Amino acid sequence: MDFNLSEEQQQLQDMLRRYVAKDYTFDKRRQIVASEVGYSPEAWKTFAEMGLLGVTFPEEFGGLGGNAFDTLVVMEAFGRGLVVEPYLATVVLCGGLIRDAGSQAQKEALLPAIAGGELLMAFAHYEVDSRYALSKVATTAEKRGDGYVLNGAKSVVLHGEQAGKLIVSARTSGGERDADGISLFLVDADAAGVSRRGYRTQDEQRAAEIKLQNVQVGADALIGEEGKALPLIERAIDLGIAALCAEAVGAMDAANEQTLEYLKTRKQFGQPIGKFQVLQHRMADMVIAAEQARSMAILAAAKAQQTDDPAERRHKVSAAKVLVGQSARAVGQGAVQLHGGMGVTDEMPISHYFKRLTMINILFGDADHHLSKVSDALLSA
Amino acid sequence: MDLNYTPEQEAFRKEVREFIRAELPEDIAYKVKNRLRLSKDDTVRWQKILYKRGWGAPMWPKEFGGTGWDAIQQHIFDEECTAAGAPRQLDFGLRMVAPVIMAFGSREQQDYFLPRILSGEHWWCQGYSEPGSGSDLASLKTRAVRDGDNYIVNGQKTWNTLGHHADWIFCLVRTSTEGRPQQGISFLLIDMKSPGITVRPIIMLDGEHEINDIFFDNVQVPVENLVGEENKGWTYAKFLLGHERTGQANVGAWKALLRRVKEIARTEKGDDGRPLIENTRFRDRLAQVEVELLALEMTCLRVLSTGHKKAPGPEASLLKIKGSEIGQALYELAMQACGHTALPYLPEALDPTYSGELVGALHAVPAAMDYFNTRKFSIYGGSNEIQRNIISQMVLGL
Repeated sequence: MDFNLSEEQQQLQDMLRRYVAKDYTFDKRRQIVASEVGYSPEAWKTFAEMGLLGVTFPEEFGGLGGNAFDTLVVMEAFGRGLVVEPYLATVVLCGGLIRDAGSQAQKEALLPAIAGGELLMAFAHYEVDSRYALSKVATTAEKRGDGYVLNGAKSVVLHGEQAGKLIVSARTSGGERDADGISLFLVDADAAGVSRRGYRTQDEQRAAEIKLQNVQVGADALIGEEGKALPLIERAIDLGIAALCAEAVGAMDAANEQTLEYLKTRKQFGQPIGKFQVLQHRMADMVIAAEQARSMAILAAAKAQQTDDPAERRHKVSAAKVLVGQSARAVGQGAVQLHGGMGVTDEMPISHYFKRLTMINILFGDADHHLSKVSDALLSA
Repeated sequence: MDLNYTPEQEAFRKEVREFIRAELPEDIAYKVKNRLRLSKDDTVRWQKILYKRGWGAPMWPKEFGGTGWDAIQQHIFDEECTAAGAPRQLDFGLRMVAPVIMAFGSREQQDYFLPRILSGEHWWCQGYSEPGSGSDLASLKTRAVRDGDNYIVNGQKTWNTLGHHADWIFCLVRTSTEGRPQQGISFLLIDMKSPGITVRPIIMLDGEHEINDIFFDNVQVPVENLVGEENKGWTYAKFLLGHERTGQANVGAWKALLRRVKEIARTEKGDDGRPLIENTRFRDRLAQVEVELLALEMTCLRVLSTGHKKAPGPEASLLKIKGSEIGQALYELAMQACGHTALPYLPEALDPTYSGELVGALHAVPAAMDYFNTRKFSIYGGSNEIQRNIISQMVLGL
């Protein structure tokens, strides 16, 4: 039992916090989110040089051979700076899927390209009416010749418009909600039949609606076994949740620090508003919420990467998403409230932290969704 | 980072578990698991069993007869004890007065008191709160006036836990009215057999006698029973608060209680005659507490694993607030699970020899009493509101 970061992780954390504070300022971020592509190719190049883009890939594929705790350190720093680059989509979700389920050829072709910063990817899985159900896949993949033909539509695909390659889930057999029969395919984003409609998200990131009309892929596009992708998707999403939990912790820390500073400087009734006990206690509760969330983000990272007991993994990751989601809501709302009128302006960073924290709660299942998972586990326990 | 227990820690857990299986008396475990009334003898008997094994003080360093276990070992020991239904060791001696005596007491005090706490010979209680001094503890008025080789103590202490069993009481007393209120307080050890001490029961809302008023009427206390220096008692009391960062979280006890509530919810029936656990609304409430308890456990382990490296942060107050809230939520769910069978007041059924009729299951007997009793969690040990003051003022600098 050891909760201490390794020396390398400590260095990584220090380096990233310095980078975010100095080079990824709030003004810089404003320029980035206003740009055409919605992320900074320059920052992405820096991430590649820092080794962040392959941090959990094996060394033979250009990675650093790290684990989910390294992702935790990266995402926590990104959360502090509200970093908008497509790290979750490209590195955590797609990179993770290729690393864990890709063929040797797929790993060789994709992992070094991701790690080097040359390739962006997006995970085209959720559909417009799937809500958070991972097995709800209506998109089809029909076998034709020695390849497949894909038809369907994917919704709110994170950084779908920026990606060069997509990982698309599609049904090779079974009904719309069956656990069996889902397969994963590697699809070129500019392949014939792929159309993308990109947009901004509420928290100034990017996502896209993606249509697939008779998109042809070869047999080598299949990731893992045909029809057996659901466990891979569940694990990828669990790793994504762990990453989001860490990001939320970084964002909560920053929101709390900024709110504390505001309480100490803003004066009303002739004194700093932080002298009022009713505000002090709300602030104390926000700090408690962030600390509890930090504990669960660590647990999520530890469990998401374990492979031997999927039910236990899902249970603990869901528990983490419940607590982090609830904490994110409490800290986000509290931070805005304690900033008073300034909290609801676009000018102050705090409203942007609030928006990201709100969207993190929704992404991959909100607190209620995951509470129902933990709750249903009580029936079998 | 590695959230798994090491093979050494797993082996330690096995050793503890086997010892408890062999040595914990069944009658005591039965009472603890069913939340029946424990006697003084139950607690003392278990303390003597642990003492014989050399485990009388899991949290003490070896030089004073403790186990010298690290924080994680102590956590494992606590988990195994609570899971098996061992009674909680008495905090007042082991966790509260002993660390103060170790840090600030004289050699004579250490040699006399510590072995007797360890062996279970001395039962200690606490004399802090007074009728006029609750959250504002530093305003306390119980006077100790120096008279030759004695202090003469006059005043009243209240909210004293189990003092009717006690051999000794450690008290905060006023030895000076100069300066700030905190500067005139001393830490005195007082023999409960001293003439002039009266213990008067306070019956709490669950109808039980656990708490007392203690009156001091010209009680003579030898000056050698002063701990450390006169007028430094407040510092020693604060030291104690910082010393015990995770003790109030009670993770082991709440894990055992969560298992109990799950079990109750499987036996009790919902309106539809199906097990209550199948009722989504109830189950979601239980799941919410399970999630929060998991977070508390992780925070606790995090503090145990890394806490010693850092200056005290909000963690002691955090763990007290969350620990008390979770314990209260679990007792409330246990009561709720019993439905209307929680209503009958059958205190006689808390005696394990009771052979009369019950209303509903045995677990219904203490359900409401536990709920009522444990409202104290968020009040004692520095109320949860005081804890939030500590976080916002001492830690955050507001």
